[in-house]
Amino acid sequence: MTYRTDIQFVLNGRDVSVPNVSADQTLLDFLRLERRLTGTKEGCAEGDCGACTVLVGRLGDAGLTYVPVNACIRFLASVDGCHVVTVEHLSGPDGRLHPVQQAMIDHHGSQCGFCTPGFVMALYALWMQTPEPSEAQVETALQGNLCRCTGYEPIIRAAVAVSRYGTPASDHLNTERDAMTARLAALKDGRRVVSGPKDSLSILPSSVDDLAECLQAYPNATIVAGATDVGLWVTKFLRNIGPAIFTGHLEDLKTVKRQGSLLLIGAGASYTDCQDLLSEHLPHLSSYWDRIAGWQVRNMGTVGGNIANGSPIGDTPPVLIALGAEITLRRGTECRTLPLNEFFIDYGKQDRQPDEFVASIQVPLPGPNDLDAAYKISKRRDEDISSVAVGIHMTIEEGTISNARIAFGGMAATPKRASAAEAALNGRPWSRESFEAAALALPQDFSPLTDWRASSDYRMLTAQNLLRRFFLENDAQTDTPVQLAYA
Amino acid sequence: MKDIVSIMGSAHTNVKHDSAIKHVTGQADYTDDITLPEGALHAYLGVSNIAHAKLLDIDFSEVLSTPGVVGVLTADDVPGVNDISPTHLNDEPVFPTDAIQFHGQPLFAVVAETRDIARRAAELAKIDYETLPHALDPIAAQEAGYPHVTPPLKLERGNVAPAQAAAPNRIKGRMSVGGQDHMYLEGHIAFAVPGEDDDVVVHCSTQHPSEAQHMVAHVLGVPSNAVVVNVRRMGGGFGGKESQMNLFCAVAAMAAKKWNRAVKIRPDRDQDMTATGKRHDFVIDYDVAFDDNGRIQAVEGSFAARCGFSADLSGPVTDRALFHADNAYFYPNVRLNSHPMKTNTVSNTAFRGFGGPQGVIAAERMIEEIAYATGQDPLDVRKANFYGTEDRNITPYHQEVEDSILDRLVGELEETSEYRQRRQDIIAFNKTSPILKKGITLTPVKFGISFTATWYNQAGALVHVYNDGSIHLNHGGTEMGQGLNTKVAQVVAEAFQVDFNRIKITKTTTEKVPNTSATAASSGTDLNGMAALNAVEQIKSRLVEFAAEKWNVAPADVVFHANQVHIGEEILPFDAFIKQAYLARVQLSAAGFYKTPKIYWDRAKGQGRPFYYYAYGASCSEVTIDTLTGEYRVDRTDVLHDVGRSLNPVLDKGQVEGAFIQGMGWLTTEELWWDDAGRLRTHAPSTYKIPLASDRPRIFNVNLADWSENRELTIKRSKAVGEPPFMLGISVFEALSMAVASVADYRECPRLDAPATPERVLMAVSRLQEGR
Repeated sequence: MTYRTDIQFVLNGRDVSVPNVSADQTLLDFLRLERRLTGTKEGCAEGDCGACTVLVGRLGDAGLTYVPVNACIRFLASVDGCHVVTVEHLSGPDGRLHPVQQAMIDHHGSQCGFCTPGFVMALYALWMQTPEPSEAQVETALQGNLCRCTGYEPIIRAAVAVSRYGTPASDHLNTERDAMTARLAALKDGRRVVSGPKDSLSILPSSVDDLAECLQAYPNATIVAGATDVGLWVTKFLRNIGPAIFTGHLEDLKTVKRQGSLLLIGAGASYTDCQDLLSEHLPHLSSYWDRIAGWQVRNMGTVGGNIANGSPIGDTPPVLIALGAEITLRRGTECRTLPLNEFFIDYGKQDRQPDEFVASIQVPLPGPNDLDAAYKISKRRDEDISSVAVGIHMTIEEGTISNARIAFGGMAATPKRASAAEAALNGRPWSRESFEAAALALPQDFSPLTDWRASSDYRMLTAQNLLRRFFLENDAQTDTPVQLAYA
Repeated sequence: MKDIVSIMGSAHTNVKHDSAIKHVTGQADYTDDITLPEGALHAYLGVSNIAHAKLLDIDFSEVLSTPGVVGVLTADDVPGVNDISPTHLNDEPVFPTDAIQFHGQPLFAVVAETRDIARRAAELAKIDYETLPHALDPIAAQEAGYPHVTPPLKLERGNVAPAQAAAPNRIKGRMSVGGQDHMYLEGHIAFAVPGEDDDVVVHCSTQHPSEAQHMVAHVLGVPSNAVVVNVRRMGGGFGGKESQMNLFCAVAAMAAKKWNRAVKIRPDRDQDMTATGKRHDFVIDYDVAFDDNGRIQAVEGSFAARCGFSADLSGPVTDRALFHADNAYFYPNVRLNSHPMKTNTVSNTAFRGFGGPQGVIAAERMIEEIAYATGQDPLDVRKANFYGTEDRNITPYHQEVEDSILDRLVGELEETSEYRQRRQDIIAFNKTSPILKKGITLTPVKFGISFTATWYNQAGALVHVYNDGSIHLNHGGTEMGQGLNTKVAQVVAEAFQVDFNRIKITKTTTEKVPNTSATAASSGTDLNGMAALNAVEQIKSRLVEFAAEKWNVAPADVVFHANQVHIGEEILPFDAFIKQAYLARVQLSAAGFYKTPKIYWDRAKGQGRPFYYYAYGASCSEVTIDTLTGEYRVDRTDVLHDVGRSLNPVLDKGQVEGAFIQGMGWLTTEELWWDDAGRLRTHAPSTYKIPLASDRPRIFNVNLADWSENRELTIKRSKAVGEPPFMLGISVFEALSMAVASVADYRECPRLDAPATPERVLMAVSRLQEGR
């Protein structure tokens, strides 16, 4: 088989072919250093500030869709077959300022201006998706953009006014959509791509079967899906991730669908890809999902990656464990399925062989007598890593609790179930006393750490109080709000 | 007809930021965007991984054998003086020779063909050291007998001991106030191009080009006239780039001269945050004596600051904390002491407010204590203690407060925010809401304007009028987003009576205006606006003289108006008139100068008039807390702020909004956390959380006190705006405190430490609930 060795994509208006792309080359460095497109800025190199926001258009099953991403932690190899749009491309062929740009100017949305191109790109993406957003939608879209000067007020005013300056239908990304679709379709040659120097290979399998083959050939390869964690291994820890196998382009790995009483989530589906289906079938995850990182990271990061990297503070494992999720791993042509909580063995250790990959997650849908909740506590409400996260699931039949599954993040070296608290609830009546007993049992389950996100005492007290919150929130006697509302 | 014609962009109008179009299109060049000359090299710092040690040896063999590495720079490579201390105490080396003084201290730089090579190679040095015990915070430092990094200050007035003895009430307490990282979006960066002889040109992102110039010359051992420092714009500064860029400029310049190639240095965000200074954290011990009505009789305060390993600007920062420990309140008897403690942490530096906020928050804590002790609405306690206008108007540093407008300003905000009614409603709400609790607080701010180092209060500007009538404006201030260039250009436009867009704003450079002060202390517009105006007046007076003579009219009959010059009955377009003046050999260029009048300061006596005037403001914030988790939400904030007669209301409002959010961040989610080894673990936005759009108050009403006018002769009667509104964020902190206090029926001051993270809020709730 002959492999393609260059990475091909469309950059703004031009077709680009880059040979010899090493695994750790970032899109941001390529834009700034090699193409001198310096409108895209480096603010943090970890996907937290949004100064490097660019749009990536990908031709998928649903057609050509553009999403904002962080160029700083996006690897160049992963934009193969995509349309990359930077701030320099915004004003379009006639050179007139874009509606987003004009609105930002008229509302005094920039002060030092360094974060501004990133804001402009995020707002551009929002406007294309939601031309007349509410303030709440703007805030959600801007969770991944930091501004230190303005206090955001003028930016929000600009964002809600953009539609007065123009409509997405006349935007050149839309008017040129058919032509770009054709250009990107032409780039899909169905071949495996192997690029870069020997010690830092970038490998893009041509299909999921090819991914399995690649892993057998390179069992120590780093699997890179959204790169929202692996990106930092490179930008922060200077780790050599080669050979790296990129999976972001594998449509078959992105399936998100309901299958009978299960939700099936392909391991390559981004948080954004899952959002609609989850909100429909698991409404308790709707606002929780909006608090996973920022928009750019949700467009890149995957549920599969969040699980596979084994972090004790990933947002999705606790809530998925509570729901009774299972994961399927694949090695060569063989698949195996196990309960998600069994995947996490110890800190940094998961039940995955080197040549094995997470293929999918199966989430059983709750029944009519089930109660579910997902809570996340963090120092800052949005775009922060949890100090404590919890998924709670239980069945209430005739006033009695059964089937309690309570899983915490941030309380132990892995995402972990609170067995003693669960035991204190199962078979007990739905009552304040039962939850009090569960709260008091939590110290048997956990001895949390103290670190910069929270002290051990705070983690424990909050974890206990989240069980109390769950009771109050679902108890018929409660007649006052027990949780802050934001929108 | 003539009267309704006016120019575009004059003073007191809402001119857009001059770089706005460039900002939104990505065309605004920051230092990292400048095209490098052929053969440019890159430097990267190698840093310590221990908080305190004797430095024995560094083995660079692996570094130097890395392909692409050109060499390393250490203390041995300093051709001049190995010192970048901005106050000339010689306590801050570029690179240390024998002592490691904090975790993350720059020890050397690697210079290589690419930044990536330099960065990776910097990790390969083997540092040999002998560990010494360390002290990380001011209390640990005091206990370990660490010295002050700079002489402390005492402010005293009245007779404290008898007043304390006579007062019916007295409360002592301690408050810890955290520091703050600047988190400018553009990090530190410098890029030096070697020239002939001793010359070097440094492009960088500093608020203080003259100091960078002098430091580079000092380190290179060359006169200042060999060094040029250029700054077009910064991606945010906030004080973090006042003295902290000296290191990067010095390293880039040393490397550029050593290898005779251009050298750029840009740390990554983590190194930027660990290797450069921040806002000082303080531990404040207060002792307030008051009567039964809550009127303060005596205040004693001790302000211990985490200064880090060297003085940097800790002297004036801790001084300013004392200058603002009264905030808006008259202390009949007072004694305040600063303790600028040496610690084994990065040397702390300037940050918007410059110690002032830490003083103000101590004053507000004492007000809170009095309110809970006397069972009053804290606003009544505040009002009872406001400075008077005729009497009760002497500060702890013996300056008379002549210009207080707080009675009117706070009164108006109290009305428009409906503070009283809402406070009642909130107290009622808290009775019926077991989990969610609310708080509301209205806090004032009074902030002294001027550098307390009196000689800093000077500025220069250079204005050229070219013979086509276009105008070139240069001044000593630097643009970091605040709109300084826009405002100064408005002043020039109005003075010449020409449209704003006739004026070209140019980069700040030490070649055009020498010996400038830092763009800091909110002074940028006050100083540089006046200097530019002075330059314009010089040119105008020559033009008037020329016109009066040539057209044979009285000087008073030469009037600049709306892009024209009226000379008696004759009217000439501005550019045609300039052409005539040029042909008549009138000098069309001038260097302007300004120094602030009236100010003086005797630090030894603790007396003087350090401030030309005060800026005032007030904010009212309402919050809701969750007593199960400590999470909170800011429901509403109303701000009324005094900028005198605003030069540009929309830019000033932008400063007020931004400062409020930044001040709120300081006191809520922004937490600097060092581990026991002295390693800063909140060192990037992933771990250090500045406010996001969704953290803004759900309702945010910001207004300028449009009736205010500076009673001093400042530029167009405006007032400085950079720092004062930062302290408006204190209303959020105090409102959180009230919400916490509700769980114990407001009988006790919760004594929240700052920042009030959700954890601190929950732990305070828990402490009050348990009656601890």
